[in-house]
Amino acid sequence: EFRRFSLERSKPGKFEEFYGLLQHVHKIPNVDVLVGYTDIHGDLLPINNDDNYHKAVSTANPLLRIFIQRKEDADYSAFGTDAVARKKNVLSNVLRPDNHKKKPHIVISMPQDFRPVSSIIDVDILPETHRRVRLYKYGTDKPLGFYIRDGSSVRVTPHGLEKVPGIFISRLVPGGLAQSTGLLAVNDEVLEVNGIEVSGKSLDQVTDMMIANSRNLIITVRPANQRNNVVRNSRTSGSSGQSTESSLPSGTPNVLGGLLQGEEESDDEDIVIEGSGEPQHIPKAAPAGGSVESLSQMELLHEAAQNGFLPSSELSLNHSAGSISMECEAPDPGHKSLEEDGTIITL
Amino acid sequence: MRRFLRPGHDPVRERLKRDLFQFNKTVEHGFPHQPSALGYSPFLRLMAIGTRSGAIKLYGAPGVEFMGLHEENNTVMQIHFIPDQCQLVTLLDDNSLHLWSLKQHGGASELREEHRFTLKGPPGSPPSATQITAVLAHSSREVLYLGTESGNIFVVELPSFRVLEDRTISPEAVLQRIPEDNCNRRSCELVEALREHPKNPDQILIGYSRGSIVLWDLQNNKATHHFLGSQQLENLYWQRDGSKFISCHYDGSYTQWPVSSDNRQPEPLENTVPYGPFPCKAISKIYWQTTKNGLPYIIFQGGMPRASYGDRHSISVIHGSQQTAFDFTSRVIDFFIIFSSDPAAEFDDPSALVVLAEEELVVLDLKSAGWPAVHPPYLASLHCSAITCSHHVSNIPLKLWERIISAGSKQNIHYSSMPWPIDGGTNIAPDPPQRDLLLTGHEDGTVRFWDASGVCLHLLYKLSTVRVFLTDADPNDNMNTLGEDEWPPLRKVGTFDPYSDDPRLGIQKIYLCKYSGYLAVAGTAGQVLVMELNDEDAEHVVEHAEADLLQDQEGYRWKGHEKLKTRDGPVRFEAGFQPFVLVQCQPPAVVTSLALHSEWKLVAFGTSHGFGLFDHQQKRLVFVKCTLHPSDQLALEGPLSRVKSLKKSLRQSFRRIRRSRVSSRKRRGAGGNASEVQEANAKFDQDTLQEMELAPVQRKIEARSAEDSFTGFVRTLYFADTFLRDSSRHCPSLWAGTNGGTVYAFCLRVPPAERRMDEPVRAEQAKEIQLMHRAPVVGILVLDGHSTPLPEPLEVAHDLSKSPDMQGSHQLLVVSEEQFKVFTLPKVSSKLKLKLTALEGCRVRKVTVANFGSCKTDDYSENDLAVLTNLGDIQIISLPFLKLQIRYPCIRKEDVSGIASCVFTKYGQGFYLISPSEFERFSLSTKWLVEPRCIVDMPEVTSNNHVHNKSGTENAARKS
Repeated sequence: EFRRFSLERSKPGKFEEFYGLLQHVHKIPNVDVLVGYTDIHGDLLPINNDDNYHKAVSTANPLLRIFIQRKEDADYSAFGTDAVARKKNVLSNVLRPDNHKKKPHIVISMPQDFRPVSSIIDVDILPETHRRVRLYKYGTDKPLGFYIRDGSSVRVTPHGLEKVPGIFISRLVPGGLAQSTGLLAVNDEVLEVNGIEVSGKSLDQVTDMMIANSRNLIITVRPANQRNNVVRNSRTSGSSGQSTESSLPSGTPNVLGGLLQGEEESDDEDIVIEGSGEPQHIPKAAPAGGSVESLSQMELLHEAAQNGFLPSSELSLNHSAGSISMECEAPDPGHKSLEEDGTIITL
Repeated sequence: MRRFLRPGHDPVRERLKRDLFQFNKTVEHGFPHQPSALGYSPFLRLMAIGTRSGAIKLYGAPGVEFMGLHEENNTVMQIHFIPDQCQLVTLLDDNSLHLWSLKQHGGASELREEHRFTLKGPPGSPPSATQITAVLAHSSREVLYLGTESGNIFVVELPSFRVLEDRTISPEAVLQRIPEDNCNRRSCELVEALREHPKNPDQILIGYSRGSIVLWDLQNNKATHHFLGSQQLENLYWQRDGSKFISCHYDGSYTQWPVSSDNRQPEPLENTVPYGPFPCKAISKIYWQTTKNGLPYIIFQGGMPRASYGDRHSISVIHGSQQTAFDFTSRVIDFFIIFSSDPAAEFDDPSALVVLAEEELVVLDLKSAGWPAVHPPYLASLHCSAITCSHHVSNIPLKLWERIISAGSKQNIHYSSMPWPIDGGTNIAPDPPQRDLLLTGHEDGTVRFWDASGVCLHLLYKLSTVRVFLTDADPNDNMNTLGEDEWPPLRKVGTFDPYSDDPRLGIQKIYLCKYSGYLAVAGTAGQVLVMELNDEDAEHVVEHAEADLLQDQEGYRWKGHEKLKTRDGPVRFEAGFQPFVLVQCQPPAVVTSLALHSEWKLVAFGTSHGFGLFDHQQKRLVFVKCTLHPSDQLALEGPLSRVKSLKKSLRQSFRRIRRSRVSSRKRRGAGGNASEVQEANAKFDQDTLQEMELAPVQRKIEARSAEDSFTGFVRTLYFADTFLRDSSRHCPSLWAGTNGGTVYAFCLRVPPAERRMDEPVRAEQAKEIQLMHRAPVVGILVLDGHSTPLPEPLEVAHDLSKSPDMQGSHQLLVVSEEQFKVFTLPKVSSKLKLKLTALEGCRVRKVTVANFGSCKTDDYSENDLAVLTNLGDIQIISLPFLKLQIRYPCIRKEDVSGIASCVFTKYGQGFYLISPSEFERFSLSTKWLVEPRCIVDMPEVTSNNHVHNKSGTENAARKS
């Protein structure tokens, strides 16, 4: 079925509204659908959040062709840049030489279901032999999944080589968060936990520190295997290779930034129930700054937006001067990631 | 985040901190763990106790005490005071000798180790050649005679410990001078006893293990008398005039021997087996004390009939027709008699028998009829039933203090009125600043009230909760109800009784209101008793209520112990704290938290299932709240013992083994074996512990989830009059914190005093806070408008505290094991926090608000949090800004029971158990410091002594 309608380019509105509008236009109010569009390269790209929705609208030339698929029988592999990138991107060929030749497409979920599980941070300030890994823990569904033990390592000191006690990763739980990141390995020496050196601390102390920081755990390790170290001069792609961050679709860093901020705070967001009322997150008494919004509050806003959905009257795809506002969005991911670095430095 | 936590370098604050805080371990209260030796100086009137860990403690008049520790940490085998000196010599089980002396320094006496020495034999000689078995500190104060396993007696000079080789008394020399027909080389092996002649310092009596006894003339280096004993010798004792001596033997006999100039080889005057005719155990030590009336006191240890009473730890006193075998609760380490020390006196006239048993000190008055026990002012056996909890109350009003003492004195009528006989030294410590009570709860259902004001921890009053319940044990069961002509005439003495009839009686929580005299205690089987102080005996019915903490939670089965059965009808209570209300939690799990508000007449209690509030005025249960997580199966099934840490339980079982291990430490044929067994055991203990350390240890890193067990376990309860609902009206409230990081707040409506009995107390849940980090909540506190903690109930009414500021906004401080957080009230929003665990990897074990005064000015004091962590560190954290002020290492982190037993006082002191029987007292404050300070003066100083001391120090200086 084909529908054609117009949308005001300067005021595209939110994705949620757009999604509701599609459902309304197609008279499929209760069906979950995937929305996609073809970009200028002919790639089929998804529309599932405000950013890629705005991007899609801004690229309309002037028509925006939108594909709607029922979610359950959607062909995920149709999405993505693979079809084109395969031929163009030499790098990906080097990295995954046999990826596209033999194996069928790996079925991965939609970008909206992605979330960061780990990242390598502070590459620029750490010695090359060290690696600072941030693990993101959401809820309780997946265990952090690693064990630590006492051990000893050899250090170079003014008095020559000395054996000093240290803390090491002793085991990774199969399927656990730590293992799934690929950034931590058995026998990696733990040097710091959330910015605090572990030398001189007992195994139990380090265990307690890690557990206390488990919602936002940053551990600095000296990997047992030093061959995969990040090469310093490739600054821009500093966290490439191992990091899952780099494999995130370009649309998501925005969300990621928000998540980081939210996580930072939600770590301490105790829940209070007044009387017999509904649970609420405890707000900060003296907010440090209005710019930082917690994850839950963002969700609340989200809901509010959903509830406040109005069927749009203007369905115009005719071009207007609105694209300027969309360009303003573009530097945002970079801005957010800067903020991310900032929060890490304070840790 | 870190920049907030970096300690500020405000020089003014740093200076103030030095005036406020200072850490000292001041004194050890209670009974030394594993005592191994006893000594007494009649000259100084001081008693010395050595322990298996190498500690040596001196005690005199109440408040006079000294402590020393041998570096080696080896067992102290013997202690000998140098006659008429402020010096003593200790022998350790590594065969080393140590000279200690009491010296005045800065206006007070101090105990210091001066010198150490190990006897060396000639090269190639076996170790037994120099293994010291007997020590005689000669009255000349110049030499020590050291009897050895080889039979040699070495003479060493004091204080230099120089061996005077020419004066060694070898078995060969002794054998040459005694008739050959009844002696061989072996009869002079192993010196068992050395005794100086009471009148002639040039003669010493030498007793060899095989029974030979020789009186040796030191001047002429020859044996003047030879006494041929047929039995293996244990010990010797001179009669005061030197005309006779007495020997005691392995077969349970003792023999009197005459010493006269005409007979060089006398026959025994009398040979007795006091508990014969059946085989008896050895008499290991004997005293023979003369009296004016002619009848001597013969006092000896052991000698019981082997088959029927071989397991008793007895000391017998025979005086004419009177004979009593005092039956001690644990092995007798040693004993001594206090008698007239005046050398001119004609008779001994013994006044007291002092017995050091393994678990307690017993002093018996020999002057009064019936030989009653004397109530010791110190060395109390804290562990006579195992301590299960402690509670400290500072600054007790005089009225309550006197009433407790009066109740206690009625319990102590069976004690002798004799003043404490060990009264050497002078206590020069200032009077304790205030009256403090330390309450200890015990496994047998008793609560003991200790005077913790000063250096001597003294028992004031003992409360038993057993009477309220029906237990298997018959309260009239008395070990002393022996018939008139019972033989042997055993009499049980001492209070040590570690065997609890019913572990459910154990006391777990105590709360005393010092203003009203209300006391709440709670125990292992969910029992909560509220008591009131009554100066008279009374008989009344204890009101009984049940609190079903599970409420609607159906389908669960409690697999733990049953609740205690109660007595029907009125129960007679002696004067003191008398229970009037009993609340029993259902299921009868151990009570884990308790709070009492004496002004509102409410008591709150919590278990692993939930908590409840009881109105003890109307005797009505106000409400119960179940805190269980639906998935929390463990808590429902049984007692908490299941989750006790493996480390702790292992440690405890080792302790138990050690405590019950009874072995002789005498070194002899069979004795040698015993000590080997001991060593092997000690080694085994060590190895096992080491193995545990060496086992491949790894720790799982896992975030705490809501599904963990025991999240419902109520850790803390707190009453506060604060702004819970809105900022205009304050109201009574009850706060509860759980193991799962949940805080519940209930708004209470307490009727005004005039309608208190007519209207019910109402409660309504107002708030529930879930800490995101889910760590156990260990403390809740409300700070008033001036950020001062709210006063205790009735404190303001008694004009002892300023009224809290009810104008400004109140703040709530929640302390979890991992974080300190301040929230605003009434709207709960997070204001401040200190993430302790995230930063340091330690957890909060104990926390209290303590008031610290400045040592420089009287008008400055501040409230801070005193925190003990699981690493055994003590931290002081400021209020209300939660800044770490200072940190002191206090308890070894492996000492789990020490950390668990710690209590803080309200003025920056604290106590923790260093052994089952000893509290270490510490102070964090510069102002409140209770420590021994005393002087021991030489009754008469001789010039001789001065020279000796000088040369001693010179020697020591040269050595070092």
